[in-house]
Amino acid sequence: MDPATSTRPPPHRLRRRLVQGGEGLLLAVLSVSANIVLLVLSVLSLGFTVLGVGLLAFPAVTAVVRHVAGLNRRIAGRWTGREVPSPYRPAPERTTVWARYRWVVTDPATWRDLLWLLTSIPVGLVLGLLPVCLVVYGLEGLLGVPVLLWALDAWYGYGAVWPADTLGKALLALPQGALILLFGGVVGELIHRTHAGFIRALLAPTRAAALHRRVRQLTESRSEAVDAQAAELRRIERDLHDGAQARLVALSMSIGLAEELMSRDPAAARRLMAEAREASGQALGELRDLVRGIHPPVLAERGLAGAIRALALKLPLPVEVDVELPGRPLAPVESAVYFTAAELLANVAKHSSARNAWVRLRHGDGRLVMVVGDDGAGGADPAGGTGLRGIERRLAAFDGTMFVASPPGGPTTVTMELPCELSSPKTSPCSGTD
Amino acid sequence: MRVVIAEDLALLRDGLTRLLQAFDFEVVAAVDNGPALLPALVEHRPDVAVVDVRLPPTFTDEGLQAAIEARTRMPGLPVLVLSQHVEQLYARELLADRSGAIGYLLKDRVSNVGQFVDAVRRVATGGTVMDPEVIAELLANRSGAEPLHALTAREREVLGLMAEGRSNAAIAGRLFVTEKAVSKHINSIFSKLGMPPSEDDNRRVLAVLAYLNA
Repeated sequence: MDPATSTRPPPHRLRRRLVQGGEGLLLAVLSVSANIVLLVLSVLSLGFTVLGVGLLAFPAVTAVVRHVAGLNRRIAGRWTGREVPSPYRPAPERTTVWARYRWVVTDPATWRDLLWLLTSIPVGLVLGLLPVCLVVYGLEGLLGVPVLLWALDAWYGYGAVWPADTLGKALLALPQGALILLFGGVVGELIHRTHAGFIRALLAPTRAAALHRRVRQLTESRSEAVDAQAAELRRIERDLHDGAQARLVALSMSIGLAEELMSRDPAAARRLMAEAREASGQALGELRDLVRGIHPPVLAERGLAGAIRALALKLPLPVEVDVELPGRPLAPVESAVYFTAAELLANVAKHSSARNAWVRLRHGDGRLVMVVGDDGAGGADPAGGTGLRGIERRLAAFDGTMFVASPPGGPTTVTMELPCELSSPKTSPCSGTD
Repeated sequence: MRVVIAEDLALLRDGLTRLLQAFDFEVVAAVDNGPALLPALVEHRPDVAVVDVRLPPTFTDEGLQAAIEARTRMPGLPVLVLSQHVEQLYARELLADRSGAIGYLLKDRVSNVGQFVDAVRRVATGGTVMDPEVIAELLANRSGAEPLHALTAREREVLGLMAEGRSNAAIAGRLFVTEKAVSKHINSIFSKLGMPPSEDDNRRVLAVLAYLNA
């Protein structure tokens, strides 16, 4: 497994199996309790739409159905290690009763949910219970021999032996139990996968719905990227116009004046020249800052590894930098990752009151994963800070995601992930000139 | 003094050449790309090399790498590195061999001709000159760091100026104190950083290094 994506060690096989069994049992119990009730309520509230009550009731029932379906998706996702995405259309902006009702009724996912409720009652029950039953029955064969011996010559048996009326027949339970237990162990995983497949078939977005979602996502991220780019260009134009450009005009004025004064008042000319030199220094400083904001020179020179190291050196706390990249990402991706790291580290320095921080960057399976962590106070919230929101927008343009884990009291880790290919280091293009 | 210059922009290369010639330096070679730099240094063995960080063909840190490589071949070769921007990272790499005779300055510093020529001379004579921007960054961030927290504010100031490559007299002038007071501060810095009073020349470099690595 790629070291970057495994944030915790894989749980023990047996424990994993037990947890899976428990979850299957839970789904089985839900399918004959909650799912039946929800199905009935759905049908009733839909029927009562003609009386008006359903307009309110159906969306309410649907909300609960979606919660239960969401639980099924999460569990199925865990079983297969592949997330089951949620298919629903986004909630309407206007929140009138009619708008909500329309939103729920026109979403095909609502109807697929109902179909799932109906079919899950037998399917969920059987598939959820089967692995547990096999294991329990196997254990009964292994541990239940004393009971069988006590019940010899009577009504009780085990497996293929009914009734177990002699000592020999009773002891046959042992190998049978072992076989059933073994079978349960082997088949359990398969049953859970089948169960997950059933859930995915009805609760994951259909191809059309997934495409719809994708188009919506791309439209949003594209318009954000275009906006951000336009704003950036405006900022650069303004900075050049009001800063360096104005200083250079003043500079050439001073030099011109000094030229005039050279013969008449050498002392004044000298003063002017000194001023001009100072102004040129300021103009250079402004240009340097501007360049750093557009594309940091150290990033062009050293790539992500060097640039993040340089960032870490500027922080007032020790930052452990661990970057292993076999090549360089495309320039726009590199720049996005760099500015993300810069923003996150700036947050660490400003808000976390951490004593140590670390950055980890890896590439694997066509994805770039960066984790920035600190041992500070925690409580970072993407909803609260404009900085974190800005990072999300920046990453969205590359289909990247960010996940913040920051419980109060810390520690904080921010994981950034985006799809990207690396160029081989030999073919990395020269970027920019000095 | 004999100088080798490496700078890819013709305008700047000619400007540097003229400037240094005006101050009685002999420019023995002026190259415009990375691969040509090392042979030029090996051939001419100059008293000091003035090198731009970014050079063709890669336009990355070719000049810096060539300078570091040259110093492994010719230990102690004085190199003054010029750059459009300065990074602590590069300053550390330049000082990694702990032998001094290194300068690392922003290109803008050329405009203050007197100070710039002074810096070239100090590097040529084995001194260490760090750009005030690198020093300022260090002061802002690292003043609380381990080996330096024993220093007083004044001593830290003196160490900063020392890292910029200033002589005791210049430091005294800047801080409006006597030269004797400065050397007292410097001795106290050396003892606080645990540097024995034997190898006097290198101790300034080591102190600056301690400063950079703090």
